[in-house]
Amino acid sequence: MVPQRLPRRSFLGLVGAGVGATFLGTSACGTDATGGGDGGGTFQVWVLQEESQQDAHNGALERFNKNSDVKARLVATSNDGYTDKLHVSMGSSNKPDVFYNWGGGSIRTYARDGLLVDLSPHFEKDPAWQDQFLPSVLDAGMIDGKYYGIPARGMQPIILFYNKAVFADLKVEPPKTWTELLTVVDRAKSSGIIPFALAGGDAWTELVWPEYLVDRIGGAGVFEKIAAGEKGAWGDPAVRKSIDMIRDLVDRGGFGDSFASVKWDGAGASTLIAQGQAAMHLMGSWEYTNQVNDQPEYAKNDQGFIAFPTVEGGVGDPKAIVGNPTNYFSVSKDSKHVDAAIEFLKQEMASDAYVKQWLEAGDVPATTGLEDKMDQAADPAFAKVVFDMVEQAPSFQLSWDQAIEREKAQPMLDALSKVFLGELDAAGFVKANEDAA
Amino acid sequence: MAVVTESPAPARAAPAPPARRSRRVNRPSSWYLLPAMAFFGLFAAFPLVLVLYLSFTDWTGIGTPAFIGVDNWVRLFENDAIWDVTWTTLLLTMLFWVTQTPLSILLGVWAAGPQRNRAVLSALFFLPLLLSTAAIALLFNRLFDPYVGIGRGLEPFRNILGTSSGAITAIVIMVGWQFIPFHTLLYQAAARNIPQVLYDAATVDGAGRWHMFWYVTLPQLRNTIITSSTIMIVGSLTYFETIFLLTSGGPGTATRTLPLEMYFRSFRSYEFGYASTIASVLVIVATAVSLVIVKFSGFAKMRSTMEGL
Repeated sequence: MVPQRLPRRSFLGLVGAGVGATFLGTSACGTDATGGGDGGGTFQVWVLQEESQQDAHNGALERFNKNSDVKARLVATSNDGYTDKLHVSMGSSNKPDVFYNWGGGSIRTYARDGLLVDLSPHFEKDPAWQDQFLPSVLDAGMIDGKYYGIPARGMQPIILFYNKAVFADLKVEPPKTWTELLTVVDRAKSSGIIPFALAGGDAWTELVWPEYLVDRIGGAGVFEKIAAGEKGAWGDPAVRKSIDMIRDLVDRGGFGDSFASVKWDGAGASTLIAQGQAAMHLMGSWEYTNQVNDQPEYAKNDQGFIAFPTVEGGVGDPKAIVGNPTNYFSVSKDSKHVDAAIEFLKQEMASDAYVKQWLEAGDVPATTGLEDKMDQAADPAFAKVVFDMVEQAPSFQLSWDQAIEREKAQPMLDALSKVFLGELDAAGFVKANEDAA
Repeated sequence: MAVVTESPAPARAAPAPPARRSRRVNRPSSWYLLPAMAFFGLFAAFPLVLVLYLSFTDWTGIGTPAFIGVDNWVRLFENDAIWDVTWTTLLLTMLFWVTQTPLSILLGVWAAGPQRNRAVLSALFFLPLLLSTAAIALLFNRLFDPYVGIGRGLEPFRNILGTSSGAITAIVIMVGWQFIPFHTLLYQAAARNIPQVLYDAATVDGAGRWHMFWYVTLPQLRNTIITSSTIMIVGSLTYFETIFLLTSGGPGTATRTLPLEMYFRSFRSYEFGYASTIASVLVIVATAVSLVIVKFSGFAKMRSTMEGL
């Protein structure tokens, strides 16, 4: 009964539990279990606690620690509490030395407050280091024209996954245009199959739809203006049209009728497509890694993957992609071991062994010269599709919720989930976003 | 927040003669308060003052808060969305009370009976009290999944988290499941303290079971009802973790309460100043509500229901 009688204590307790639920800056004590980076010459590397990622991270640390006086130590936190924990500690004196992040909005505040090491001078000193990574992915992690992150894992474009067995049953081909996509949707629905799996309980899973549609209809420039905070940018016809198209897709039963109850955690949506209850899933490449882990049979035999279809009459480049270019490692300026931390990133982030471990896990790292290593991948065909997608893309739009200013992201996600629920139309969506600005 | 340290008067074999009771109750020295006050000051009053200060600042949670006057407060009251959130909070609070109180009273009075089977069943029934709230929320979240949960194919439950009214119902069910045992425990203890003589007298007067419940048991539970309601209502206003884990405030913003809004503003939007404003409003509303309950229930001047026995 503690929660009802002592609400404040329960809040503090939650921070300790990693759920993170306090509004008090004074509660940084919730994270002191991990201590600072001093003493004994160790520095901390904060990562997500995800089984599929641990092998690569552990391998990198072991190799580095073997030949280094300053040792790296891995601190893993679950996905849900990670950003809360990170934010509280970045405001305290217990900052992590090296930490995993999503680039963009996830570190913009820290970069602007001068808490991160600017890596641009290091690249200038050592161009060979910079050349180890794909330029488009490095650039996508830039903040105000400076580099703050080193690609830490695979590239994560949003891909249209489909279940080959279901498609064969429905006698349809993977859609190349929006019209074809609608045909597949109608065919699937009339056969009692959910056209698109969607974990609509979490609004970010819905964000992939306007991201691609706006890009295909109006080109990359439309969102660039929105991200730059230009007045009236949300009112662009491409935004309105894509919201109308989403509403049409929802009304057609494109996502079934209970997508709003499905949460991302628990792999509800991924299970649906793997079991053949759903035909398609528009999701990041991490979906592939998860399926390799959770449903290896399906991943091996029936998982199909293609680029997002074109939209008739749209001016966007059909090769443009959206998603998370990758996850990055950034270094705290306050760290007592900045040099060692940078040395760690330099030595490991593009090392053959590290790249190999990611490829085996199903990821496609953002390193150059990957073509020769493709055959190490869990599925070389998938690795090639992802690599080609990124390499040929004229633009790689960072996920909207990371690309726009932090305080506008939540209102945008709220408005979008209301669009999917049928509570907001295009005009309402535009207005909600303009009001938040 | 209301002090709810009501201890039932001990059952006495022979009541002391009323004449010997002094009108002024002897209390221990105020120094006994010191440890409690120190903790309260450090962990409640001091942070409260800080939050109030932060509500007048612009702060990302990093660096120094910038003082911006009443901007956050103006923004709060000009924001239409905050009224929806407030309404949701009040609606849930009301639904919690309406569903939990009658059930807890009935179950508590039932469990107070001396029969052995009742003791066994109540012991089982109190099990949810032993589970962590986060575990309960995650459990219900899986349970309500439309494709793998109990609701699969069961129409009203299938998409329960996907509609506004469904999500609210789901929260009321889950929170009830979690907290009714606690309130039942309160009522059970209180019901056991009702002197048998009252029921004997009622029997002599020819009262049936219903009359005994209505005219003896309920009035005797008065103090407990107020205690339990205060805990319930004030607790509901600040309720966070289970709603966050069950629905994250969704679908859309249908179950977003003030504490959730505060969390989203602080840890998602990094607007800690504005979030502190919401927190301050919560403190004010919760305090006001508990004061109102205390005032209109006459809790402050209330004596034991045993008086005169």
